[in-house]
Amino acid sequence: MQFKIKCPEDFWAGVMFITFGVIAIVVSQDYPMGTAMRMGPGYFPTYLGAILVVLGAIISAFSFTMEGESIKPFAWKPMIMLSLSFVVFGWGIDHIGFVPSLFGLIVFSAAAGRQFKLGEVLILSVVLIVGAVGIFIYGIDLPYPLFWWR
Amino acid sequence: MDFSQLLPNLALGFSTAVSPINLFYCFVGVLVGTLIGVLPGIGPVAAVAMLLPLTFNLNAVGAIIMLAGIYYGTQYGGSTTAILVNLPGESSSVVTCMDGHQMAKQGRAGPALAIAAIGSFFAGTVGTILVALLGPPLAEIALKFGAPEYFSLMVMALIAAAVLAHGGLLKTIAMIVLGLLIGIVGTDVNSGMSRFTFGASGLADGLSFAMLAMGLFGFAEILSNLEQGADTASRDVLNKKISGLMPTWQDLKDATGAILRGTAIGAFFGTLPGGGPTISAFSAYAVEKKVAKDPSRFGKGAIEGVAAPESANNAAVQCAFITTLTLGIPHGATMALLLGALTIQGIAPGPQVMTQRPDLFWGLIASMWIGNAMLVILNLPLVGLWVKLLKVPYRFLFPAIMTFMAIGVYSVNNLDLDIYMAIFFGILGYIFMKLKCEPAPLILAFVLGPLMEENLRRALLISRGDPTVFITRPISAAFLIATAVLLTIMVVPAIRKKREEAVAESASL
Repeated sequence: MQFKIKCPEDFWAGVMFITFGVIAIVVSQDYPMGTAMRMGPGYFPTYLGAILVVLGAIISAFSFTMEGESIKPFAWKPMIMLSLSFVVFGWGIDHIGFVPSLFGLIVFSAAAGRQFKLGEVLILSVVLIVGAVGIFIYGIDLPYPLFWWR
Repeated sequence: MDFSQLLPNLALGFSTAVSPINLFYCFVGVLVGTLIGVLPGIGPVAAVAMLLPLTFNLNAVGAIIMLAGIYYGTQYGGSTTAILVNLPGESSSVVTCMDGHQMAKQGRAGPALAIAAIGSFFAGTVGTILVALLGPPLAEIALKFGAPEYFSLMVMALIAAAVLAHGGLLKTIAMIVLGLLIGIVGTDVNSGMSRFTFGASGLADGLSFAMLAMGLFGFAEILSNLEQGADTASRDVLNKKISGLMPTWQDLKDATGAILRGTAIGAFFGTLPGGGPTISAFSAYAVEKKVAKDPSRFGKGAIEGVAAPESANNAAVQCAFITTLTLGIPHGATMALLLGALTIQGIAPGPQVMTQRPDLFWGLIASMWIGNAMLVILNLPLVGLWVKLLKVPYRFLFPAIMTFMAIGVYSVNNLDLDIYMAIFFGILGYIFMKLKCEPAPLILAFVLGPLMEENLRRALLISRGDPTVFITRPISAAFLIATAVLLTIMVVPAIRKKREEAVAESASL
């Protein structure tokens, strides 16, 4: 008998569930278990973690017997650029204000695409920022400073 | 059932819903919903999550009316693009593409749009009546539920969601368990202990639902679209002028049966937990093909192929409100968001809403009917505008979606941590897509997690730690038996094969 992963999708899904399950069990050990009658905060997550490990193991095990699809490659560039755009916004909104952080967000997310035309992105930024300021700051009164000086 | 209260209740509802301000919220909701439905690449869950902050300053009635309008508006918009450009705006309108777009190619886009609107309106009307009829008795029963009943009901709801979801059953159940775990993050209500917060004080109140939904759905969807090169792809928009909006008498005659059957199917799946508009539309289409005298017409512009799924998905959307509003148990990811919005407004969802806030409950029901009427009036003349909107390239759209999502995520708690968490869940959602793990049941479980733990605790406390309490109480036992039946159906090989065929068929549609 040969052990070969026939369905990488399921194999890695199983591994992912086992990982999350183990994390849940390990972290829950810091919380009192209690008994079934008087459950402590550790009771429910420990059992859920255990169920998740078992399910993950079964899913992985089946991937050796049943044919399935392989995993398509990840789109790294969009993933990094979109993440960066949110980081810029998350940091910026507390430090440099609503307008500049939105500008950063839009430029970085536009850079996630395959085409990046500077002129287009600038026009898009202006339209989106004006719209967002109009709707969120003046329209529904979200209390964010527009720039770093106010 | 006590029907004597129905008319006064509906009267209260309509008087609430037709106040100018609520009419305005309803109008804005359906308009924005249609707009988002027309735009491909953003689903209803992410849409409602994204627009949640717009409702923070409204009162509870206005907020829920607007959010509900956004929800059923997206279904409507999704079908418009399905017919005109062969591009389903939402997954529930995938089947509408088949015959709808064929009709459009034959120069019958007008009748196709009209029949979709008429079918949806009819289904919406029936759905509204069903909510009004079934809501109160169901809420009365639900008020008698104790902790064991609630726990078993939630088990049933989650397993039903797993059974009806696409993809492998085991993987879906694992996603549910993972969702329950994610729901635990935050302060434990019983002991006051912080769990799974990894020392971050921003997580003490738990993860924000809007953040989770936007990460898993919105962020991940954009990644997947960019991977497929959606930003450089050109869209084949129908340039033909749409003339002759009204269907002929023959069209109406052909479609009547389909509308009735579609409505019934949608109402059935809509009431079931986990059975959303998508499965309703697919089933309704399959049924039409079976009952048709000449099935070969389907896929070539059969009007039944538009009428049935469109009626079904709209009926399902309306009927989803039955269980959501009366039991306080959301029926799917979007409904969970609506309940989340109620909680933000300080209203605990559950059967007591109907008695404590009758204006909210009945106002929402009445507004759903008014909203459906608005959609018919709004959609047909605005078709030209929607077509123009479709010409906006995706490379402009996704930065706009990112902008709205970022503001949406941040505004819930004004916490930058939420933005970083959204990145984490966005990438996780992208990994889920790669591994073919369906995120919708996870979201549902996330919402139910704390409720489930609380009810499990209470049930076992009353029974002094005896787990048989779940099968000795009749209502609870009935829920668990239903769950077992559902699982058996899935595991019995013969039936499972049938389901796989059905899923494969719907996937290849």
